Amino acid sequence: MRKTVSCTINGRAYTLSVDVRQSLLDMLRELGLTSVKEGCGVGECGACTVLVNGRAIDSCIYLAVWAHGKTIRTAEGEAADGRMSAVQQAYVDAGAVQCGFCTPGLIMTSTAFVERHRGRKVSRQEIRRAHAGNLCRCTGYETIIRAVEKCLGRQAEMPSDDGD
Amino acid sequence: MFAIDYYQQAESVAQAVALLAAEPGARLVAGGTDVLIRLREGRGDYARLVDINGLEELRGIGLADDGTLRIGALSTFRQVMASDDVRRLVPVVAEAVGTAGGPQLRNVATVGGNICNGAVSADSVGALLVHDAQLEIQGPEGRRRTPLQGFHTGPGRVALARDEVLVALHIRPRDYRGFGAAYYKYAMREAMDIATIGCTAAVRLEGEAIGELRLVFTVAAPTPVRCAHAEAAAAGRPLTAETLDAVAAAVAADVQPRTSWRARQDFRLHIIRTLAARVTRRAAERAGGKF
Amino acid sequence: MAVGKSVTRKDAAAKVTGRARYTDDLPMPGMRWACYVRSPIAHGRVVRIDTTAARRLAGVEAVFTFEDVPDRPFATAGHPYALNPDHADVADRRLLTGHVRYQGDEVAVVVARDRLTAEAAAARVAVDYEELPVVVTAEAALAEGAPALHPGGNRVNTLRFEAGGKVDEVLERADAVVESRYRTPIVQHCHLENHIAYAYMDDMAHIVVVTSTQIPHIVRRIVAEALELPLSRVKVIKPYIGGGFGNKQDVILEPMVAFLTLQLGGVPVKIDLSREECFTSTRTRHATVMRGRAAAGRDGSLAALDVEIFSNTGAYASHGHAIMGASCTKSCNLYPRTAVRFAATTHYANVPAAGAMRAYGSPQVIFGIECLVEEAARAVGMDPVAFRIRNVARRGDVNPLDGHELLTCGLVECLEEGRRRIDWDARRRACRNQDGDVRRGLGVACFSYGTGTYPSCVEIAGARLILNQDGTVHLQVGATEIGQGADTAFSQMVSETLGLDCDDVHVVSSQDTDVSPFDTGAYASRQTYMVAPAVRQAAEALKGKILAHAALMTGQAAANLDLRGGRIVFAGTPEEALLSLSDLALDAYYHKQRGAQLTAEASCKTMTNPASFGCTFVDLEVDIPLCRVTIREIFNVHDSGVIINPLMAEGQVHGGLAMAIGWALYEEMLIDEQNGRIYNGNLLDYKMPTFMDIPDLGCAFVQTREPTGGYGNKSLGEPPIITPAPAIRNAVWDATGVKVDEIPMTPKVLYRYFSGAGLL
Repeated sequence: MRKTVSCTINGRAYTLSVDVRQSLLDMLRELGLTSVKEGCGVGECGACTVLVNGRAIDSCIYLAVWAHGKTIRTAEGEAADGRMSAVQQAYVDAGAVQCGFCTPGLIMTSTAFVERHRGRKVSRQEIRRAHAGNLCRCTGYETIIRAVEKCLGRQAEMPSDDGD
Repeated sequence: MFAIDYYQQAESVAQAVALLAAEPGARLVAGGTDVLIRLREGRGDYARLVDINGLEELRGIGLADDGTLRIGALSTFRQVMASDDVRRLVPVVAEAVGTAGGPQLRNVATVGGNICNGAVSADSVGALLVHDAQLEIQGPEGRRRTPLQGFHTGPGRVALARDEVLVALHIRPRDYRGFGAAYYKYAMREAMDIATIGCTAAVRLEGEAIGELRLVFTVAAPTPVRCAHAEAAAAGRPLTAETLDAVAAAVAADVQPRTSWRARQDFRLHIIRTLAARVTRRAAERAGGKF
Repeated sequence: MAVGKSVTRKDAAAKVTGRARYTDDLPMPGMRWACYVRSPIAHGRVVRIDTTAARRLAGVEAVFTFEDVPDRPFATAGHPYALNPDHADVADRRLLTGHVRYQGDEVAVVVARDRLTAEAAAARVAVDYEELPVVVTAEAALAEGAPALHPGGNRVNTLRFEAGGKVDEVLERADAVVESRYRTPIVQHCHLENHIAYAYMDDMAHIVVVTSTQIPHIVRRIVAEALELPLSRVKVIKPYIGGGFGNKQDVILEPMVAFLTLQLGGVPVKIDLSREECFTSTRTRHATVMRGRAAAGRDGSLAALDVEIFSNTGAYASHGHAIMGASCTKSCNLYPRTAVRFAATTHYANVPAAGAMRAYGSPQVIFGIECLVEEAARAVGMDPVAFRIRNVARRGDVNPLDGHELLTCGLVECLEEGRRRIDWDARRRACRNQDGDVRRGLGVACFSYGTGTYPSCVEIAGARLILNQDGTVHLQVGATEIGQGADTAFSQMVSETLGLDCDDVHVVSSQDTDVSPFDTGAYASRQTYMVAPAVRQAAEALKGKILAHAALMTGQAAANLDLRGGRIVFAGTPEEALLSLSDLALDAYYHKQRGAQLTAEASCKTMTNPASFGCTFVDLEVDIPLCRVTIREIFNVHDSGVIINPLMAEGQVHGGLAMAIGWALYEEMLIDEQNGRIYNGNLLDYKMPTFMDIPDLGCAFVQTREPTGGYGNKSLGEPPIITPAPAIRNAVWDATGVKVDEIPMTPKVLYRYFSGAGLL
């Protein structure tokens, strides 16, 4: 059984016919958005993290049909006009990238976090808590925390909302 | 791709009830963080789904005129954590759901799903039980109310007919006013884990003494348990180490921890005793008490 | 000068934007899915297998059982070929088996047009087993009358050696002798990208295998061996790799996908293991049981170490026959003035096969040694850091086993730096006489490790440099980038020798064994050291060709010219450009009478294996009633020679530290000792640490200049994982007065120890 899903992905409007059995991960990868990685398929590793309406979710345990009417962002869309986003650049500068398999998912988690905490002082513990749904085996998380700190340090004073 | 054999999107709660009644073996999928994992594990009994993910009527958190807090069953953990009403009136509920999984899970997992899947380790349940939450349930015959206390009937089992839908949770003012409460999730990791033991305590002070203690353990028996013996040991007692010792000593009569590959019984019981004292103390301190 | 600078990783932009393509990101039209049928029991024989129902399912293209595959055993360990047949790897695997040896063993394989169908069909293959007795532990596997997993019995091998003195005599007359037993668990690598491979044929004869591997050239050889094909009929492609940590230094899926495409007329066939399959059916770290003794003198000398160790290699040997030999001998550089004796037995058991994992047995051996050394220091009343400084290796020491002199060794400086940085004496004083529920303690441990595998295995590495038309260069190596940053380090070496900006050195990151120079791959922390001479030779040769061409163009003598910052200059006046490299390149390519494509290639064998050193310091807190450890501060100090890229080096240290914290406090594959059932083969029940579980991580380097290496460096990738666990254990002892002689020190384990000590 298929359903028609209309959604915005990385700023572009799509109308897609999706199999109701598909996960959002399946749907995005079929579109060529292979930054969305499957590391476990059960929401334990976070490698498939994308933003749905600005919130990080595990696309492996999210039905594709739920994307209807939503705005979705993946790591591909964060780099525009040949420039990396501030979060992506901070990961590069902090040495937060090793094997890179967890990286696109983490970039999206950090992006949601950074956008929500603009200009606010955050503790390392808050950063840890907000990233705890993404596993990384290469970095020991240290340089990723530094990248997020770097990003927040650069930002101007802006209001922020809740802390998750 | 999930091995889904039957799939219908419900447009309303009433339609969801009708679809469940009409399709034997069908189950609800709400946030999907349990159901889709079961499917991925190859569980054929999750292959027939009625999808209520999009039902806005099941969302929303608000206060009734009498001060009763209503939490829509489809509210996500994140929405519960972010709710001013929850944070102000029953902060332990926000604290508890904030320990579940990681941020991605909390952005989609629903409080209704956490209750209805019957998990013995459900992070929301202890906090809701100390506040004696009431369930609003819709079935073919209309809506009914029932206390959460007693809703769990065994591991993975709840007293919900297969064509019923949990609509909302209600917490009455008498069950939150004057309480200080705390949750401690004892797990092997600080995130992305299920509780080895979960302990929730709510304390109402009377002068310099504990007026009422409500103590709940999860993963300490086949269902989440209110601890009558431990509660009795605290009632009317002063805020002292001796009182906490008495709570820790009494709690053994309330729980039935078991040995499994995850943990041995003696270890679980030791942790239960330790937490009974520590979490009661923290709840009392949050109620304004000093030891 | 690029060596020693934190230049940006070559692949960082590709990875943060999600453009880096891993094996699963390279789809092919018509790709088939293959799915294994796995044994639900840990030991038994198939007595009946019925594939009828599976074959009947629409979309199923083929089913093969153990009866349909070549009856030819092959070895899977990712080692170079051994010319000496006595050193050959253990050939104990077939593509499928009717004698299942662990829960998850592979009896059949189904090929279908999509994943769901393949999984559904695999579930429909009916298999009856005759159950055999199960052995899980060393004791059970090596007992008289134990059921044999393989024809030669359950003992894979036993290694014994003694060096630096007569251990029995030293123990006899020592002032103090301490003795203990230690236990380490089975753990998993948990690289984020699971094992995945696919294969297809691009003509009538050749098989192309695309795979997530650390060792493409070795995969090529083993696939050819397993399928009895000439090696040149197999081509292996390695795209980006999502981590390996040793689990991809093994040949796991590749012979099967090659077999399947060969059987199915060359269509592409993929196996993409689930996380759960990756846990049970790839490789793990060996569990060990050690009995050790140490002798110490009142003068503070560590007189002897006597180690007996049992290493559980599980259902198949994989690397098991080599790991104890490697780790015991590498540890001899740590206390070279101490008499040592090792007896190491490796055995089979009905648990998942253990193989290579970061530091290849050294964490297990050093865990026991550094627990023993701690005990020895206390037995003679010495401070643990002072005792180690008194006894550890120094430059000029001679390895008692192989007679090699340590040309570089900064371990004493590492220990001194760590002691200063953690304020050891003051903090330790503050930890005395504690009696609360929460107590604090400090710990230390140190290690030695090798750089590569020589002389056990050949060490060979190749590099090819090509000058492009625009004056940039392409570097091809056989060494494998798997996330550790090897490509970037190599580009820095080229930049250093060739006088080019790092950005003008493009490294071909994906490997194709038909094209890439030969190299055995990413393991043993070897690549940056072993590739250095090849890169250096090739860069020097290319530079010679460039200057020779410049001489043709300018009429100047090549000897007077140099290459600096991408420009040809007079050696005497380097600030003045004679010619740009891009103009030179265009001339070399397109001038009708002179020049050529300027390339250089080198393949070098290395016959040295310098030891690297380091230590961990930790400050932690133990909540005794809750049986929990909280790390307040932890860092490693390393002597890895010259640090090629400080930022990337730091990343290696952080990663090793975190993985070690997991090993010390969280991770263990739980397997039922009675029936071999695996309880926690998934990322929920197996407790790999999350962001919340890893504290701030620190690192420092004591740089030495290793004279045998091309750029002064020594091993770094694996060593950071070796010492955190014993340091944490020693700190828990310091905090609580309780010696915990096993890891992981989970709350359950601490409960047992604290109860036993009367603390609860």
